[in-house]
Amino acid sequence: MGLAPFLLFALAFMLLPAGAILFGSFQDAKGAFTFLNVAHLFRPGILRSYLLTIEVSLVTALGGAVFGFLLAYAVTQGGLPKTVRGFLVTFSGVASNFAGVPLAFAFISTLGRVGLVTVILKEAFGISLYDAGFNLYSFWGLSLAYLYFQLPLMILIITPALDGLRKEWREACENLGASPLQYWRHVALPILAPSLLSSVILLFGNAFGAYATAYALTGGFINLVPIQIGAQIRGDVLHDPNLGYALALGMVVIMTLSILGYTRLQKRASRFTRS
Amino acid sequence: MIVARNCARSRNSAGPRNSAGPRKVWSWLWLVLGSLYFLVPLLATFFFSLRGKKGVLSLVAYAHVFKDPQFLTTFTFSLEMAVLTIAAGLALIIPTAIWVHLRVPRARVLIETFALLPFVIPPIVLVFGLIRLFSRPPFALVTSPALLVAGYVVLSFPYIFRAVDAGLRAIDLRVLTEAAQSLGAGWGTTFFRVVLPNIRVALLSAAFLTFSIVVGELTLAVMLAWPAFGPYMALMGRDLAYEPAALAIVSFLLTWGSIAFMQMLSRSIAGRGSFTGGVH
Repeated sequence: MGLAPFLLFALAFMLLPAGAILFGSFQDAKGAFTFLNVAHLFRPGILRSYLLTIEVSLVTALGGAVFGFLLAYAVTQGGLPKTVRGFLVTFSGVASNFAGVPLAFAFISTLGRVGLVTVILKEAFGISLYDAGFNLYSFWGLSLAYLYFQLPLMILIITPALDGLRKEWREACENLGASPLQYWRHVALPILAPSLLSSVILLFGNAFGAYATAYALTGGFINLVPIQIGAQIRGDVLHDPNLGYALALGMVVIMTLSILGYTRLQKRASRFTRS
Repeated sequence: MIVARNCARSRNSAGPRNSAGPRKVWSWLWLVLGSLYFLVPLLATFFFSLRGKKGVLSLVAYAHVFKDPQFLTTFTFSLEMAVLTIAAGLALIIPTAIWVHLRVPRARVLIETFALLPFVIPPIVLVFGLIRLFSRPPFALVTSPALLVAGYVVLSFPYIFRAVDAGLRAIDLRVLTEAAQSLGAGWGTTFFRVVLPNIRVALLSAAFLTFSIVVGELTLAVMLAWPAFGPYMALMGRDLAYEPAALAIVSFLLTWGSIAFMQMLSRSIAGRGSFTGGVH
């Protein structure tokens, strides 16, 4: 009973909009049932768009996970002063929320054609990034910008798991004559594996749904699925609104799969995480 | 295992661990590299924002930004949306969370599933669905700011819920409400004078996080065609060079201010690590 207002709200603004997308995906222009829209998702142009989005998400998820892990490990177990940890975690909280348009501006000021780092590299070291094939407004540039919110998110979610890694386990290993490699191979990594994997999945989804950063950075000229959907909302670029719904449905399916994987793995990880 | 652990203790007291030295070097190395990655774009943006006037460093880009009437109107609009979102979100979620704590703990699973939905339905898909659903009668809401606020409540719901939930978990809600009621307080008095004051820290942090999500938000605002701060910034980025950098700095300081303040607050309540992510 007391939950009624919330459930009504969730129904109206979460479930029904999602349902509208779902139904739209299986309707043709006249409203009749069809599988054609979903089938059109496998057209080369659209498939390429999905693949690019998956690539960006995967690269930034793995990059964010590896470097975020190393940083989190450095401040939890690496023997650095405690204040460093506090500062990094606070900064990560800010940086994981610093996204969208301002983030795009920051990277344009840094690595754009007249960005500070681009100019310094050229004038001081004679290295021309753009002649070397780098372009902020394409795959690697976008990935570098996405990392700015992926890496801090990784730090925030992996730190509790690293805290669960007890000092005694390493000490026991050392005393039993294990090398650091053996410790990681047989003790630390198996314990951390579910947390690490679930973090990668969360980061993947985090990048996959991102629209604002990509839009502000590339002006909408990169062939990501969110950008395509945005273009579809603003004007009928696909010449078929129902194909747009199918495009959105494809995103929801991928996001659902990743969140399912995430929650399953988190459950397993929580055995070792001190909460 | 236990033997090994005891053994480890006694050996440890005898001398320093052999692997601690190189590990510390590596830690510093990664920390320096990470700091470079985080700080260089901020410094570059700041430096860029100071170059509004040719040849000298000046604050002229900031002056342009603050003098632009569009800046004030769009920022005020987003601020209003943030306040409405915070009010609506809290009004919706606090009673729900209390109800879950007191009456139907089993519903927690349901609410937590809903808290995952904004992740499953990214903003761009959410707004697409909202437009399709609410663009024709009987629910023609697309031209009403209520739809924008509703969308923002959806986006910030997981964060608000987690903050309120952590706040309620930190106090003994059942004992507090039973004590209040046995002293003759009605539900209203209990709610406003006992429960709310006790979770005010959690409410404040929820408010700050929502603020930082809503104020610069682009996707919903641009698709529903509202003159908000996010679309304004995007527009500036298209036409100008130094003012966007100044806007980025202003926006970063806003985010920094609200999140840092929130983390300071939330350190005093139990919810650790519950505020992650954002809307990109």
